[in-house]
Amino acid sequence: MEPTTATAAKTPADGHGLSKALASDNRLKTLAATMKRHQYQPDALIEVLHTAQELFGYLDLELLVYIAHGLKLPPSRVYGVATFYHFFSLKPKGKHTCVVCMGTACYVKGAATLVKTVEDYAKVRSGETRADGSMSLIQARCIGACGIAPAVVLDGTVVGGQTPESIVGHVKGWLENGSDRAA
Amino acid sequence: MDLTELLEIGEKERQRQGGIRIRVCVAAGCLSANAQAVKQSLESAVAEAGLAESVQVSGVGCLGLCSGGPLVAVDPDNILYEKVTPADAPSIVAALTGGGPATAKQADFNHPFFTKQVPIVLENSGKIDPERIEDYIAANGYQPLYHALREMKPTEVVDAVIKSGLRGRGGAGYPTGLKWALVAKVKSERKFIVCNADEGDPGAFMDRSVLESDPHRVLEGMAIAAYAVGADQGFIYVRGEYPLAISRLQTAIRQARKLDLLGSQIFESPFHFRVDLRIGAGAFVCGEETALMGSIEGKRGTPRPRPPYPAEHGLWGFPTLINNVETFANIPAIIRNGSEWFAKIGTEKSKGTKVFALAGKIKNTGLIEVPMGTPLRTIIEEMGGGVPDGGAVKAVQTGGPSGGCIPASALDTPVDYESLAGLGSIMGSGGMIVMDQQNNMVDVAHFFMEFCMDESCGKCVPCRAGTAQIHHLLAKVREGRATAKDLDTLDHLCTMVKQTSLCGLGQSAPNPVLSTLRYFRPEYEAFLAKPEPPSETA
Repeated sequence: MEPTTATAAKTPADGHGLSKALASDNRLKTLAATMKRHQYQPDALIEVLHTAQELFGYLDLELLVYIAHGLKLPPSRVYGVATFYHFFSLKPKGKHTCVVCMGTACYVKGAATLVKTVEDYAKVRSGETRADGSMSLIQARCIGACGIAPAVVLDGTVVGGQTPESIVGHVKGWLENGSDRAA
Repeated sequence: MDLTELLEIGEKERQRQGGIRIRVCVAAGCLSANAQAVKQSLESAVAEAGLAESVQVSGVGCLGLCSGGPLVAVDPDNILYEKVTPADAPSIVAALTGGGPATAKQADFNHPFFTKQVPIVLENSGKIDPERIEDYIAANGYQPLYHALREMKPTEVVDAVIKSGLRGRGGAGYPTGLKWALVAKVKSERKFIVCNADEGDPGAFMDRSVLESDPHRVLEGMAIAAYAVGADQGFIYVRGEYPLAISRLQTAIRQARKLDLLGSQIFESPFHFRVDLRIGAGAFVCGEETALMGSIEGKRGTPRPRPPYPAEHGLWGFPTLINNVETFANIPAIIRNGSEWFAKIGTEKSKGTKVFALAGKIKNTGLIEVPMGTPLRTIIEEMGGGVPDGGAVKAVQTGGPSGGCIPASALDTPVDYESLAGLGSIMGSGGMIVMDQQNNMVDVAHFFMEFCMDESCGKCVPCRAGTAQIHHLLAKVREGRATAKDLDTLDHLCTMVKQTSLCGLGQSAPNPVLSTLRYFRPEYEAFLAKPEPPSETA
């Protein structure tokens, strides 16, 4: 109803005891600028969470509380939104990410076998990150690349027409050579 | 900006493009098949051959035949090459000047896949560079907006859409013009337009393709809608999973603002309109309009009961018009060519065309646009080329997790809203997934129910608990622990969830189970612990 009292918030987290590591993190300035650009409107919560995840890779609790103070929202609301949407992750991701598309087109072309293959080969459960932090395995709803099913996203690059052999080939490279790029 | 300036921009762009044009598909499907490298090698091959003056290499939107990617088309000879590699580039350029055939495989533009299409929504797709507004203007873009703003009253625009018979392309098929009239009628200090680009159905990629190939068309449709209903602010709610569509929309909005085609006093009229993007965060339920509005307001995407409908009580309580990407993309063509022209296409109750995404066990995967009423068989067998390696079609799944599986015996059904509903499926947004004999239908039902169970927002009990129970029963069937009685329970439970859920997600979640129970019951019975009654031959 009333315009947000942005003027009252000098810096959004004043007096809310940020940990030293976070307070001195430069990325926090970018995040604060994003909130300011949205005039600390509570409506901008999802945009702000997107930015925070882009900057930090994941949303830890301290960050969520910081955002809650910035946008003058109860932390429960911020936590509720962050956990509602699949896109937001509250845990750090691995160095590499393998996203297997489990859309219908990919499913009928064997995507479930791809997931199983990676799970067995890399000893990681779907939706989780390997203990050594080397890679995460994620299932996607549908990435809209149905024309080239089954599709997999390796570190942000979409590759189509995958087989259990080809996907193991990629993952093997990550785990053994620490190679940074998907072939 | 006035009409003369607009026409000048178009004319200048057409002159720039004169001569030979090599169009490389740079939509997501082809990009992931290395189209960017193909484009670069074509550019250098053109430069090396000294043809830079007369030959232009352009990145364009989706050329449709995704299974043949990367695709390259050559004008004016109208040649289409498929599965092009960077190594093919020099020979494609040499072929332009009669230097022998190109090494790349030539696709057949005379194949039914292309000839049976009637492009309205996709008319510019694969023809124009989605990142150049000039290219859209050269294809007569933004003229319909001028026509609407300067030569039509808002009520006339609404009437034109009513008369066209256009129905919502998001799945439910509500008459678009009536929705517009409702919003136009409400008196309010503010109104909003929302474009639903939260294309969540797995197996559907029409909207992604339209946004990646022709983003200005959607912006223009939204602007015309805003003028018709009296709104001044629009939002496009687009899936976070579509980064390329997001970036092209951002470019398009920036370009349109720069030319004053969005913003204040568009075409020197009193009409203002601005468009902002809202990026989804991966929740299927946000395709439901009230959940989507919640998400735009920065909240959890949970639906609320309707009425009140968004037309009266939408974003922040103001009247809001929500349409799907494809619906908006039809608008400029309707304004340009008239409602009578549009109403002549399609069937009596379903007018115009529909874009479908063909995927699964089918030879020609990709995007097609056909008149409403085209038989499924024409789409699957003639255009799609049937199942690869000569297998037989077992079922066609339409409408994603809200739709159903249509058996091969019903392939002669014409595709329109009513016929598909009669088969227990829905038109949905337009995903069409072909399944063959290797796909077990109980598996498929289980797959969809797992999806709906995960995506249920948890607000109403029938959906939250019902989908979990149905999923549990399906797992029991698959593990061979179920009895005939369980199948009856499954049937009852599905009907209950369908009838009592709050929103479209729950109301349609049982469709995949009900339709497979109806058409493929023997497959369920084959899993039963004690096969009673003895399975009949199908």
